[in-house]
Amino acid sequence: MKKSKKTLVDRRKFLKGAAVGGVATLVASTGVVNAQQSLVARSAPAVPPIPRPEADPSTDVSVLTADRTGSDFMVDVIKTLGFEYVAANPGSSFRALHESLVNYGGNKNPEFITCCHEESSVALAQGYSAVAGKPMMVMAHSTVGLQHASMGIYNAWAGKAPVYIVLGNTVDAAERRPGVEWDHSAQDAAAMVRDFTKWDDVPASLPHFAESAVRAYRIATTPPREPVVLVADSTLQESPIPTNASFHIPKLVLDTAPQGDSGSVMEAAKLLVAAENPVVIAGHVVRSQASMQQFIEFAEALQVPVIDQGGNLPSRHPLNQSLGGRGLIPNADVIIGLDVEDFWGALHNYRDQLHRSSQALTRGNVKLITITSRDLYLKSNYQDFERFQDVDVAMAADAEVTLPALTEAIKKLSTDDRKRVFQDRGTKLAAARQKAVERARVDATYGWDASPISPARLSAEVWNAVKNEDWAGGLNGAEWNYEKYYQRTRLSSAAGVGFAAPSAVGAALAQRKNGRLYVHQQNDGDLMYAPGVLWTAAHHRIPMLWVMHNNRAYHQEVMHIQRMANRHQRGIENAGIGTTILDPNIDYAKLAQSMGWYAEGPITDPKDLGPALKKAVDVVKRGQPALLDTVTQPR
Amino acid sequence: MRELLQRSIVTMALIVLTALLIITMRSVALAKTRAEAGAQSANAAPKAENAPAGNAKNGKAIYTTAGCYECHGREAQGGAGTGPKLGPDPIPFAAFVFQVRTPRDQMPPYTAKVLSDAQMADIYAFVQSQPQPPKADSIPLLK
Repeated sequence: MKKSKKTLVDRRKFLKGAAVGGVATLVASTGVVNAQQSLVARSAPAVPPIPRPEADPSTDVSVLTADRTGSDFMVDVIKTLGFEYVAANPGSSFRALHESLVNYGGNKNPEFITCCHEESSVALAQGYSAVAGKPMMVMAHSTVGLQHASMGIYNAWAGKAPVYIVLGNTVDAAERRPGVEWDHSAQDAAAMVRDFTKWDDVPASLPHFAESAVRAYRIATTPPREPVVLVADSTLQESPIPTNASFHIPKLVLDTAPQGDSGSVMEAAKLLVAAENPVVIAGHVVRSQASMQQFIEFAEALQVPVIDQGGNLPSRHPLNQSLGGRGLIPNADVIIGLDVEDFWGALHNYRDQLHRSSQALTRGNVKLITITSRDLYLKSNYQDFERFQDVDVAMAADAEVTLPALTEAIKKLSTDDRKRVFQDRGTKLAAARQKAVERARVDATYGWDASPISPARLSAEVWNAVKNEDWAGGLNGAEWNYEKYYQRTRLSSAAGVGFAAPSAVGAALAQRKNGRLYVHQQNDGDLMYAPGVLWTAAHHRIPMLWVMHNNRAYHQEVMHIQRMANRHQRGIENAGIGTTILDPNIDYAKLAQSMGWYAEGPITDPKDLGPALKKAVDVVKRGQPALLDTVTQPR
Repeated sequence: MRELLQRSIVTMALIVLTALLIITMRSVALAKTRAEAGAQSANAAPKAENAPAGNAKNGKAIYTTAGCYECHGREAQGGAGTGPKLGPDPIPFAAFVFQVRTPRDQMPPYTAKVLSDAQMADIYAFVQSQPQPPKADSIPLLK
């Protein structure tokens, strides 16, 4: 029986209709225009009709190739967004886009970074964005790939990182290959990560893809910055592009970040100028060297102590009171929190005993001010937004862009008398900081020659090895002189283990073109989640120096089990079961060597560190990654 | 009559003097007791040298098996954000015991059921036996 033409479902006609229904003007940024124009020109021969019955596709099909497909246009769109790299573990649901990127797109802008796990892809992208200040693209396979990626996405969500994920999927059941492709398809592919992404979309046509791709980029990069997911349906990717069709690619214009209103800014300035003991607690506020200078100007205008959680002030600035700064809280009369991840936690002592209790560190009449974009976008299910803190002035705004106006208001309100008070305060703070530094220096002497190596000794040795280089990354010791914006890698996450290693590779990748020596301290337990990222670094010639913090345990968890065993009065002899990484000890040097790294270790005697570091630094300066397996004290 | 009156006055005077003497002596004794009590209170715990003799070698082993090193480092040098330095020059033994048994803040409690007084004394001997560190100025990397 002949079927009615009306009932035929011709997928490609549907696509064509959807495409032509889009805006018929080709607009694209420089560099892409040529590609698109040539795309249209080369598409001039009509796409051969492909017979398609309603039921099973006919096997009598003579057309087996296509010059251009939807995935090529997707590459045109992607190129307008300025991605340098795309990180991915290959997956068949984005096979057409993969092929288009490396052939049609020339594997450049973006260049493919091969990852061995989707969680690594996302964390690598987050590390890159922390240094480059813009997103990296990630491609993930439907269902299984996104499930692997989900932990990385949650880290990016909690860490306010703009990761841009393109997800393959095959929504049309009639198009799926039998077997595994059904396992790797979903009705609503992005649903599983919707609780911790800022936006997602499933474009049904190529014009739709173009609009949503640009929209997704804007949404991801507007504070609070968060991951986004764009589903690239495999049917859309693999279908030939209709003859003579042209698609509009919206121009990418980034949204300006929201600034605090002038009334609230003035109110905050009045409180800060009048305060005798103001304190600043700052999360990740600055996003450039210029805004670091603005932060310095703000702090110096008030001569206010800064508890710096985000690398906003140079580490040796006299107002940087991060060493022991918590002791300033009880005496503070005004505290301002700038994009602080956990303001309540910064103002309270919490006691993790059988009876959990907390106590405010602040005095009763303290005035609290917050400026944070975190208040602008919350979701319900995952509780990464931390405990609610009642405050006196709350600006739901981006702290970085609000700071210049606040500084200006402070300067206007500061009388000569107040300026003299500020200067006196600054002098005292400089002396207090010097004392704290001296205390840290003396503390480092305890256990100096210990084996396993103390973290303080490790930090001092690594600092000594790189201090005369153009370095970035680094360790946490007090001797590290973070004076330039780019030296810090400002990363935050949901503390999902397995994040540190791939995010460090991403950060080092972003620093590669700057020729900087990237330094990273890597925990052993974290590396074992997805050590394949070592191969990624070697394969892509990403130079970086890793020193292991190899305490042969998931040490945080050892302490948790110890706490429970003590609470239950059973002794802690069994606390190592399930928490330590012993018997056999993992040879991280051999692990790294097997994946193409220069590596040495295990190093247990601190006296061996200096010579080993010298050799490793030389290797990194030649453009290779190098790892030292240093066996360390627990903390 | 007058003689009787004089005797009474003398007797009364003696009684008053005796009473004053007793009161004075008691006051002195009380003051001394309070002073001693105050001194003891000021040193809420005995000095380190008053700690029971412990075995530092045993203490090192117990320090490890009891998990002290997890937060305080294997040489009792302290750990960043986890636990303070314990030795050398530890806090007085009684304060040490008080903290271990009924800790302030985050430290998990070690009751006598899992750590005996004798074991505690051994641990104390171990942290006490830690060598003094080199001066910071004598370490080139810390200059």
